[in-house]
Amino acid sequence: MEFHTLSSPHTDRPNSVTAVMLQVILALIPGVIAMVWYFGWGVLINITLAVSCAVAFEALMLRLRNRPVVPTLMDLSAIVTAMLFAIAAPPLLPWWLTLLGMAFAIIMVKQLYGGLGYNPFNPAMAAYVLLLISYPVQMTSWLPPMLLNEHPLSFLQSLNIIFTGTLPAGLTLDAITMATPLDEMRTNLDMNNMISEIRQSPLWGDFGGLGWEWVGNWFLLGGIWMLYKRTITWHIPLSFLVGLVAMATLFWLFDPESHPLPLFHVFSGGVMLGAFFIATDPVSACTTPKGQLIYGVAIGVLVYIIRTWGGYPDAVAFAVLLLNMAAPTIDHYTQPRTFGHRGSKASG
Amino acid sequence: MYVESKKGKTHRLWRFHGGLHLPDNKRQSSQKPLRQAQMPERLILPLQQHIGEPAQPLVKTGDRVLKGQIIADSDAPISAPIHAPTSGKVSEISDQPIPHPSGLSAPCILIEPDGRDEWGELPEPISDYRSVTPEILRTRIREAGIVGMGGATFPSAVKLNPGRPINTLIINGAECEPYITCDDRLMQDFPERILNGARILLHLLGAEACLIGIEDNKPAAISALENRLKDDDPIEVVSIPTRYPSGGEKQLIRILTGREVPSSGFPAQLGMVCHNVATAAAIADTVLEGRPLISRLVTLTGKGIAEPGNMEVPLGIPAADLIRQAGGYTGKASQLIVGGPMMGFDLTTDQAPISKGTNCLLAPSRAESPIPAPARACIRCGRCADVCPVNLLPQQMYWYSRAKDLDKVQDYNLFDCIECGCCSHVCPSQIPLVQYYRYAKTESWTKEQERRDAEHAKQRHEFRIARLARLEAERKARLRKKKEGLKKKTTAGKAGGSDSKKAAIEAAMQRAAAKKAQQQSQPHNTQNLTPAQQAQIDATEKRRAKQVEPTSPTPADQE
Repeated sequence: MEFHTLSSPHTDRPNSVTAVMLQVILALIPGVIAMVWYFGWGVLINITLAVSCAVAFEALMLRLRNRPVVPTLMDLSAIVTAMLFAIAAPPLLPWWLTLLGMAFAIIMVKQLYGGLGYNPFNPAMAAYVLLLISYPVQMTSWLPPMLLNEHPLSFLQSLNIIFTGTLPAGLTLDAITMATPLDEMRTNLDMNNMISEIRQSPLWGDFGGLGWEWVGNWFLLGGIWMLYKRTITWHIPLSFLVGLVAMATLFWLFDPESHPLPLFHVFSGGVMLGAFFIATDPVSACTTPKGQLIYGVAIGVLVYIIRTWGGYPDAVAFAVLLLNMAAPTIDHYTQPRTFGHRGSKASG
Repeated sequence: MYVESKKGKTHRLWRFHGGLHLPDNKRQSSQKPLRQAQMPERLILPLQQHIGEPAQPLVKTGDRVLKGQIIADSDAPISAPIHAPTSGKVSEISDQPIPHPSGLSAPCILIEPDGRDEWGELPEPISDYRSVTPEILRTRIREAGIVGMGGATFPSAVKLNPGRPINTLIINGAECEPYITCDDRLMQDFPERILNGARILLHLLGAEACLIGIEDNKPAAISALENRLKDDDPIEVVSIPTRYPSGGEKQLIRILTGREVPSSGFPAQLGMVCHNVATAAAIADTVLEGRPLISRLVTLTGKGIAEPGNMEVPLGIPAADLIRQAGGYTGKASQLIVGGPMMGFDLTTDQAPISKGTNCLLAPSRAESPIPAPARACIRCGRCADVCPVNLLPQQMYWYSRAKDLDKVQDYNLFDCIECGCCSHVCPSQIPLVQYYRYAKTESWTKEQERRDAEHAKQRHEFRIARLARLEAERKARLRKKKEGLKKKTTAGKAGGSDSKKAAIEAAMQRAAAKKAQQQSQPHNTQNLTPAQQAQIDATEKRRAKQVEPTSPTPADQE
């Protein structure tokens, strides 16, 4: 009998890119539900819009690049990028900004570099930063969390605002939007207010912004599930949080009246989302275990530095992009010690 | 981590990086009793069943051979003889398909068994092996054609001559590859042979201790060996966690002793020698009974084979005959793999024979060994690095192999890769990583060979230039000497006055000068030459000069 031959190993491969991406999407769901709960339908509308745009741009680019369209779309990576962007963006972001963001993320940052696996930068964060720099007003107009919202918007009202910019009768944009807790904290600290004074305001919860602080928990839950499923390893999320908490603790101990609690930093802004879902994007992160620790700590430290002394209230996107740039160099110098070799070796 | 052995001793175990928990699929074959294979109509014995030089046939077509008779051997230091597995007639010596990843054919001796299974003359058993020198035992092991039977097929006698003091003997019963159970069966059915082999090896090597490492998914094998241990045996049976590839030599040594064999080094550098359980049993057979290596245990398994199990088979039996004896194919067989699913290679035809290193024939169904999905782009997830038992960065090696940057891929320690397949197995993009490393390795070897050849040619060329220059210089020196000698003679002659002899010489010289003057006045046929003709003459002159010179041998001449 004659047989045809294959190369070893001859096993049923347990993993696939699609499964990895699907796990990320599933892990995002608790956080997304929490965000819809606290910030209304806009979150869901944004996600749907971003996903549609991302898939369309990805299909277009694959077509232009003569790559198989449907099999590549099935890796679901465009959907993950779109979801991360939409979650990071404000819930009432005008539709054309989402469109622009996705066009930039998929076309420029991802496909022009060669598609999934070849992009040096995290596409969602690159798009977020592009819009934040170009359209700072729209990108920082957040809704107040449900608990403080005097004018909750219905699904249709949200849809109307996103697609036509028409506000419900009798409301102004200022009436329905509100600064984020990070922004609030920053503005107050700039006015030399003490933390104990700032925290008198009703918009504060136990350690972060009321409502806001809980969204982070749900992303944390999804992150822990991904750790359990081994979708991600602990190195980047843990070192990110350690880096941030270490910096925050140091300054908080030094002067608790002008530096917020470490937990405020952890549960504000994009930290939980960033630690478990964004910094862990394997394509643009470090790959050696030691490199991942350096990468994570550096992001954490940078987040604190930019939040405290930089020009923007939140910093996860900037920190991640800066470290994306450094990742190849870090990897180069953190080659692990190969079995039977002496000392670790940085290849020359 | 610590495990307790039968003797109540605790043994510390170490971990190696990475590795995999794989579905072991061993029950299909391990639960069946060992069967004896029937002698087929013909045996195909490849002349190379080991690492090193192939053996040369000592028999001709038509010769009658007896069971255990040496039919091929070699004088090379790293080689092993081949014996007739039964009595019969040499029907042919020709190229046949062999169990090799290349799928190529190689020279084989074909024997038609006569059914009498008549033994030839065997060497005397050495029952009191403790009274003989290691040299005698090593010679016996070499003559028995014993090679590493775990699949590496390195001649055992060479491995048993490490040239360094050895304190620990490691016996490898890990059998970490899924599906394969021949070592398990051997340990359960013939523990005494393995222990005797270990005792002989301990004496031969002068080692103080022996550790037998067995994965804990083989409890019957562990207790079979432990039950046969004598109180004064310095042998310890150690149950190790089931984790592929714990049976790799360097991995097993790490697990059992915590020490790492240096990269491109040998266990002997740590005072250790490692042998497979089947090799130990074969050594006991030849030392205690005089029996050479003519049969082995083979696992036949996979959904493609009707009656999976283990068989004791004569070497040289074609895979097809063996599978027929195991009930034939089920119709599901989609591949025929020699070895296990992780490191085994595919046969193109089942006409290839079982050789000394064939431990398993696996005929999986498509479901067991699916055709991998088309490879996607690497997403740099690093799972390959997490499972690499050598702690390499498979992903980086893949990038550089793909880019054909062979220097860079070697910087990432390509040659430490043991091709265990863990990285390919876990890759979510289904990239055939191991295939890339095999490519990079062969390409590097080819490049290295080319570089060496070029270096060699350059050296030869430089030697030649130097030699010609030297010859030319020597010729000139000789001429100058001659001239000087002549000049001295003439002045001496003139000073010495004129006697009859000198006058005669003077006259002869004048005659010669006159003749020369006359010749010079005529046109020469060596005048007005074309450059090509001149070149030819020069070459001839050089050749002549070379022939005349009593040259001392230069390195180039020696080659």
